[in-house]
Amino acid sequence: MSWPALLVAAATCYAIKLAGLSLPQRLLQDPRLQRTVPLLPVALLAALIATQTFATGGRLVLDVRAAALAVAAVAVLLRAPFLVVVAAGAATAALLRLF
Amino acid sequence: MFTGASQFAFVSVIASGGSPWAGAATAALLGTRNALYGLRLGALLEVAGWRRAGAAQLVIDESTAMAIARDQPADSRLAFWATGLAVFGLWNLGTLIGALATHALPDPKVLGFDAAPPAAFLALLAPRLRAREPVAIALAAALVALVCLPFVPAGVPLLIVAVLVVLFGLRPQ
Repeated sequence: MSWPALLVAAATCYAIKLAGLSLPQRLLQDPRLQRTVPLLPVALLAALIATQTFATGGRLVLDVRAAALAVAAVAVLLRAPFLVVVAAGAATAALLRLF
Repeated sequence: MFTGASQFAFVSVIASGGSPWAGAATAALLGTRNALYGLRLGALLEVAGWRRAGAAQLVIDESTAMAIARDQPADSRLAFWATGLAVFGLWNLGTLIGALATHALPDPKVLGFDAAPPAAFLALLAPRLRAREPVAIALAAALVALVCLPFVPAGVPLLIVAVLVVLFGLRPQ
C-alpha cells in the first residue's frame, strides 16, 4: 500500500517549501548550497527520462519510447508548449505501435 | 503534494515496480529546489503566520519565476499569488479529471501514455540546461541510472544519482 509513503512525501515536500520561506536569508549566500541544489532536479529529471525510456522492469530495452523521446526533444527545441511536447511523445509511441 | 516534477516522479517510480518509499524519497529530493525558491521569495513576500503557511504551498517553479521577474515588490507579490493560485486551482482540477477519467480509458500503452512521462520530464529539464555543466550532469546522471538499473531495485538508481550529484556539488573547490 502506497498511502503512507504518499502522505510522508506530501508532508516532506510541503515542509521543504515552508523551511525555505522561514530559514534565514543568509543561507542564500552559501556558495555550495547555491551550486548543489539546482543540480539535483537536473540529475534526477535526466535519470527519470533515461529509466522511463530505456528500461522495462529491471531490463534495459530499446523500443518505440526512444523514438517518442526523440520527437519530444524536437518539440522542445522548437519551443513547443509543455502539453504539445507531452502529446507529441505520446502520439509518436501510439502511432509506431500501430505498425 | 503540489510540485509537479515530484508528483510525476512518485507515480513513475511506483509504476515501474519500485517501492513507494523510493518514490517518496525521489519526490522529496526533487522538491529540495523549492527551499531555495522559498529563500529567494522570503524577502519579496514578507509573509508571516498563516499567510506564510499558505504561501509555502504555492512555492513552485512557475510562481517563483513570475515573482522574481518583477521590478517592484508589490508587483512581485501580486505575480506570486496570482500565478500560484491559478496553477494550484487548474493543476488540481486537471489531476482530479485525470483520476476520474482513467476508468474510461483503454490500455494506456495503446495511447502511448507510457511515453508521456519522459516527454514531460524532458520539457521540465530543458529550461535548466542553459549551460555546459548542467548538460554534462544530465548526461552523466542518465548514464549512471541506466548502468545501475539492472542490478538494484526499481527507484534506487534515482537515489544513487541523487547521492552522487550532491557529493559532486559539495566537493571542495
